[in-house]
Amino acid sequence: MSGSETTHPDRRDFLFIASGAFGAVATGAMAIPLIDQMNASRDTLAVAQIRVDVSQIPDGQQVTVEWRGKPVFIRHRSARDIEEAREVDWERLRDPQPDEARINPEHPELLVMVGVCTHLGCVPLADQGDYNGWFCPCHGSHYDTAGRIRKGPAPENLAVPEWVFVDGSDDAVIEIG
Amino acid sequence: MAHESTYQPQAGIEKWMDDRLPVMRLVHDSFVDFPTPKNLNYWYTFGGILTFCLVAQIATGITLAMHYVANDTMAFASVEHIMRDVNFGWLIRYSHAVGASMFFLAVYLHMFRGMYYGSYKAPREVLWILGCIIFLLMMATGFMGYVLPWGQMSFWGATVITSLFGAIPIIGDPIQQWMLGGFAVGNPALNRFFSLHYLLPFVIFGMVVLHVWALHVPGNNNPTGIDAKGPQDTVPFHPYYTVKDAFGLVIFMLIFAGFVFFAPNALGHPDNYIPANNLVTPAHIVPEWYLLPFYAILRSITFDFGIPFTDIIFIKAKFLGVIAMFASIGVLFVLPWLDTSKVRSMRYRPIMRFFFLIIFLPACVGLGWVGAETPAKVLYQQGEFTYYADYFEGEELTTLTYDTAEERDHAVESLVAVGTEVEIRDGTPFQFQMVHLGLILTIVYFAYFIIIMPLVGIIETPRPMPASIAESVLPRSSASAAAAE
Ligand code: HEM
Ligand code: FES
Repeated sequence: MSGSETTHPDRRDFLFIASGAFGAVATGAMAIPLIDQMNASRDTLAVAQIRVDVSQIPDGQQVTVEWRGKPVFIRHRSARDIEEAREVDWERLRDPQPDEARINPEHPELLVMVGVCTHLGCVPLADQGDYNGWFCPCHGSHYDTAGRIRKGPAPENLAVPEWVFVDGSDDAVIEIG
Repeated sequence: MAHESTYQPQAGIEKWMDDRLPVMRLVHDSFVDFPTPKNLNYWYTFGGILTFCLVAQIATGITLAMHYVANDTMAFASVEHIMRDVNFGWLIRYSHAVGASMFFLAVYLHMFRGMYYGSYKAPREVLWILGCIIFLLMMATGFMGYVLPWGQMSFWGATVITSLFGAIPIIGDPIQQWMLGGFAVGNPALNRFFSLHYLLPFVIFGMVVLHVWALHVPGNNNPTGIDAKGPQDTVPFHPYYTVKDAFGLVIFMLIFAGFVFFAPNALGHPDNYIPANNLVTPAHIVPEWYLLPFYAILRSITFDFGIPFTDIIFIKAKFLGVIAMFASIGVLFVLPWLDTSKVRSMRYRPIMRFFFLIIFLPACVGLGWVGAETPAKVLYQQGEFTYYADYFEGEELTTLTYDTAEERDHAVESLVAVGTEVEIRDGTPFQFQMVHLGLILTIVYFAYFIIIMPLVGIIETPRPMPASIAESVLPRSSASAAAAE
């Protein structure tokens, strides 16, 4: 250090290192809250579960509900939809999944999916596309009647959120999330 | 051309100030008696125009922010309130919205100018890189600004662009949620976008100061690309270029005003006058025009990167598209080191000039076009879709041919009903689609920088160059006379 004649560590060296270290730790410690404040806040996380009565959805129709700011499709599939979904040689699909893995086996008619295209996040349209399932208008992804990606740029099947039948609702109400 | 200061403080107050904070000296040496090549053309007025654009965006932006509400339930209505109720609100908003487009128009011309005259080459690499940083910041600012009116395009544009980050393997989802402050685009995202949209223009302003500083160390490049060698090659910035810049700016402002008053929404998208709805996607999502070429590159990559003919995939198509998009901007940063030619200006580089004007520029415009269209749009088709049904009538194979799948399926149903076994197959024609054009243009874009530029610099024989800037601007006879003196 210029101006200092001693070669031994002196008071100034100590203060320099101590205040430097303190500054580095303080900056690092403050960076955590400054970065973490951008993550989802507690009220956003609090509404992460919803309940929906699914008993009134007519055969072959779908309702769209909002969950975590995203659309969720709840579809009451027709017998033909289910049949088509199961005829497919699923092992050869882009994101191989049998229809059975995407539903509750006791209620194969009920298909619950996050209605967000796995490509870049648009909402696919129901009853459209080459596979009678969903079609994403943004860049042309086609999903089948099990919501599996069949054609177009999307890499994965439409996501199936965790959901269960609410106890005591006699399989009428589901809880998503 | 960092030069001796020529500032002479006149009045007493000027001397007093000069001893304390010599800002007048800085201004005088930078914008009054700054030696500037005599041969600058109108392509060189865009620096001044860009400065005007930045100031105009900040002035209109701050006044908009006095009335705008960054909340998902009120943002759209507050913009309509600005349009209908606030005194001159319509003028301020249209100036800001059109101003963003004009800003990008100017920056693209400014950048193409730099590429044409080789202004990125030594000793101006840092100047060029600062410019690239400004361009990146402008894109971020423009993108976030477009989200603020909270229309359908705002919302879905933000959804698509932030999903790009979700494509990053493993850490993509947490990053995306961190950026959005939730599971999807919503109020938290709108709030922070407003905060950053307010901040970034001032960061740009700081970068512009550095950019001008880096310009004033070597001085301006010029259309010949030859260094100024002395006073015979230069004129003082004022009044020569203050006037030229002012004239260029007035023309620019006329076009600007033309858009604001006669076609304020021509560059925007009508869907953005529909309030944001997170459950319904517009039929066709497009970003603002100035982001289209990059959007096209993003969408043109539809294949995975891996070992061919195996299932081994290193990078999925979606992430590969994201990489290509960022690389298309990243490549600009290393441009000074990709160009191997010793000659700066393409005026004297016949081969490079051809590639720039005839190949590169049209490719950029073409990418913009591809970005605006649906990827599956068919540009050329050979043959027709045909739908076949094959079955045996006794021993004989019979084939029925139809134009639509419905007609064929109908026929098949009636055949099956009477117990016939039918095989179906489809004939697909060859189709050249928008996405294929996009891929070709993407390859051209990258090849221009990575292959053509280094190679042409080595093999090309430049045209003879004038000995000096002075010689290049004087008529031939007087130039030789001047040389004879
Ligand atoms: C680099 C400079 C800037 C650029 C490129 C830019 C770009 C944009 C764009 C494209 C929009 C959307 C316009 C529309 O369609 O309605 C916008 C909106 C907005 N900007 Fe900026 N902006 C800039 C600077 C600023 C600054 C400094 C402020 C100050 C706070 C600001 C405040 C706003 C506000 C409040 C809106 C929402 C109102 C509206 O949509 O018209 N901007 N900006
Ligand atoms: S977002 Fe659905 S295909 Fe791109």
